[in-house]
Amino acid sequence: MINILIAIVVFLIIATLVQILRVSELLSEINNTDVNEVTDEDNNTQGKLSLFIMFLFLGFVIWQMISWNHFLLPGASSVHGEIIDGLMSFTMNLILVVFFILTPLLFYYAFKYRGKKTNTAYFYSHNNKLEIIWTIVPTIILSGVIVYGLQTWNKAMNPDISQSKVIEVYSKQFDWTARYSGVDNQLGEANYKLVQGRNQLGVDLSDENAQDDIVVREVHLIKDEPVLLKFRSQDVIHSAYLPHFRVQMNCVPGMTTQFAFTPTKTTAEMRETEGEDFDYILLCNKICGVAHYNMQMKFVVETKEEHDIWLDQQKTLKNTLTLK
Amino acid sequence: MSGHHQETFITKYIFSQDHKMIAKQFLITGMFMAVIGMIMSALFRLQLANPGQSFAILEMFLGKWAPGGVLDPSMYLALVTMHGTILVFWVLTAGLSGTFANLLIPLQIGARDMASGFLNMLSYWFFFLATIVLLWSLFVETGPASAGWTIYPPLSALPQSIPGSGTGMTLWLISIAFFIVGGLLGSLNYVVTIINLRTKGMSMQRLPLTIWAILLTAILVVLSFPVLLSAALLLIMDRSFGTSFFLSDIIINGEVLHNVGGSPILFEHLFWFLGHPEVYIILLPALGIVSEVIAINSRKPIFGYKAMVGALLAIAFLSFIVWGHHMFMTGMNPFLGSVFTFTTLLIAIPSAIKVFNYLATLWKGNIQFTPAMLFAIALVSTFITGGLTGLILGDSALDINVHDTYFVVGHFHIVMGLSAIFGMFSGVYHWFPKMYGRMMNKNFGYIHFWGTFISAYGVFFPMHFLGLAGLPRRYYTNSAFPMFDGLTDINSVITVFALTGAAFQFVFLFNFFYSIFKGTRAKQNPWRSNTLEWTTPIERIHGNWPGEIPSVHRWPYDYSKPGADEDFVPQTEPLKEGEEEH
Repeated sequence: MINILIAIVVFLIIATLVQILRVSELLSEINNTDVNEVTDEDNNTQGKLSLFIMFLFLGFVIWQMISWNHFLLPGASSVHGEIIDGLMSFTMNLILVVFFILTPLLFYYAFKYRGKKTNTAYFYSHNNKLEIIWTIVPTIILSGVIVYGLQTWNKAMNPDISQSKVIEVYSKQFDWTARYSGVDNQLGEANYKLVQGRNQLGVDLSDENAQDDIVVREVHLIKDEPVLLKFRSQDVIHSAYLPHFRVQMNCVPGMTTQFAFTPTKTTAEMRETEGEDFDYILLCNKICGVAHYNMQMKFVVETKEEHDIWLDQQKTLKNTLTLK
Repeated sequence: MSGHHQETFITKYIFSQDHKMIAKQFLITGMFMAVIGMIMSALFRLQLANPGQSFAILEMFLGKWAPGGVLDPSMYLALVTMHGTILVFWVLTAGLSGTFANLLIPLQIGARDMASGFLNMLSYWFFFLATIVLLWSLFVETGPASAGWTIYPPLSALPQSIPGSGTGMTLWLISIAFFIVGGLLGSLNYVVTIINLRTKGMSMQRLPLTIWAILLTAILVVLSFPVLLSAALLLIMDRSFGTSFFLSDIIINGEVLHNVGGSPILFEHLFWFLGHPEVYIILLPALGIVSEVIAINSRKPIFGYKAMVGALLAIAFLSFIVWGHHMFMTGMNPFLGSVFTFTTLLIAIPSAIKVFNYLATLWKGNIQFTPAMLFAIALVSTFITGGLTGLILGDSALDINVHDTYFVVGHFHIVMGLSAIFGMFSGVYHWFPKMYGRMMNKNFGYIHFWGTFISAYGVFFPMHFLGLAGLPRRYYTNSAFPMFDGLTDINSVITVFALTGAAFQFVFLFNFFYSIFKGTRAKQNPWRSNTLEWTTPIERIHGNWPGEIPSVHRWPYDYSKPGADEDFVPQTEPLKEGEEEH
């Protein structure tokens, strides 16, 4: 029944459109004008409409910036993240300035130079000086952006990792597992062929370095202490995304990737500003299958004392797997 | 070639070798696919704004994939994948280039037809075959391809990893292989025709910018699409013949696979070596169309013709050395990331030149607001808005936190999607009289334009905020994470605009088909334009000009030239005594 109604409504709409078209064409035939000729009146209406819609558009942009500002991620909780945030606000301000100059200019020109039968356009085919200026100015500004960007990138990607705690983040459809490297700060060898039973990460249990490794489903980090995350994947490409730390790295089957950073704010500190239910979270940011949208793991940043208490409660691989 | 040989129904409308008919075939097929792609986006937008809610319309369209009217997560991914595939390849590559390259090359350079009419026909029919296979994949048991339009393996290689990587993916790959063959046949033909068949006096410096853009597009296609073809073939080998080009060390559903030594990253390199030039394959024809439309309707020469050509050349060249910016987060060497950041941000320079030149063209013009002109101005606007956010995404350090979020979705839909579709609309409104000998209704054009323009920004601008909030793309719902709870508000705004925008497209469709049959008859040169296509008879003839092909004496942009009798001087008009060329 509803389908028939929809069909009738669609049919009526089309019939109305046809009639409107016919009427407008007949009217212009009576007036001996061409209905599709763009008249001065059209230019006037459309020119003014351009200006009006531009204001509407810019107003909409400003409204979004004000009323949706609180949705944006809070300031970075990592050392390199703060540098990235600096670059971000620099670039964002730059593009906003350019946007708020060029967009009004475009629509203002459209309005200002709306056509009239009596007007003649100004024949102006080129001006080398002008063109050189607007090639060189963007080039200079861009050089600045590029240099600033590359410096930031180098700082973010090449930190000193000699003191970093090594933690492995292991991904598979559709969950994350982490492995602490233990007191020796060295991860035991792993191979996908060894994945079996409770040895979900395929750790080589005969490896000396693996004995003190600790497998967990939640990552605890110490404030202001550097970590080195190493990523592996069991099946498809995943992407480890920690938005609050400005950390992201793909997890690719067959290879190991890594990202080093230093957290700067504890979860408790974040809760003071972001609300009681705040948690750092690791998301999957590369399409990986049906439950991609729900692949997550909690990260906790805490003081060294809290962290050590938690770590002591976890069992090493030696205790969980080899001695069963 | 004679313009008077006998045509039957089949050679005229179906297996036609006339470039003008082939252009219409590309356009209609592209429009048909655009409607399908648009409906898909409307369906997944319903889910995104109302996670888990039941809609009768979803069950009506999707049947078992929306049990009880609730969209199935795997079908959500399939819809997103097919929407991307259809819009990127079918609508904005074949639909846009196929239509306007075919229509405009011979008409604007003064040729009877393409260098090879037969190859041209073959190009369309390979495309048609690809279309059939792709549509067929919508109806297979395990659903269509759903690994994202970028089909990264292993997800796309292993049927165990996602239902859509079964038969649906096989058909996707076969379809894209046919598509590429069609694209290569067409593009080779375009290049050869533009180089060899220009009429007397049509030097490269006198080519309309549309043709320059199409020439560079065709060169990009010829150089980059074969790489995707090779990637598709290797992926077919991995999927069906047990090779390990892209697979290594995998356990899926508890099964240990034998594949060792391949690399999924290799696929990403092959994919984006096409994928980035592809962005410009989509964008350049739109920029070409708009350069022409803006000059004509400002009644002014395009400002800085040489700089415009130079900028096109620079963009085309740079587009081949920036693909790595899609892969900053794959674990590539940070130094390599630096190189790609550098080359990527360089593209902003020719892009800025283009924008400034468009503004200078409008300046002191006598602007005629045809629907085509409105869409052209809208393209400049989206090119500015979307281009600017590219400065964030192209900067590897900033990409760390916005990579694969909705910020990217907003960026590329505005700078590439909207710009290209606005360019396409602009071209359709502008050259409709040449295609069908009738006019599209102006007032319906206005309604369509403003409805589309407002909704378009309403859909894609808010996505930047979703991205800056950290919401990843291709998520079935934002409700699995407490940190994204508030974002449903933004998603609702987007969906309302998306559905409104979709409704306005029916105004266009109606106007288009009504005007083919009932539109008012077109005049010889309705937009008072200089280019050669308006010297051909209104009624389509095979061979374009009944007599001699006219020769060309000047560039195409002599609008409002001082000393001329009218505000336009066709290219066929010889220079007056003592008249300067520009």
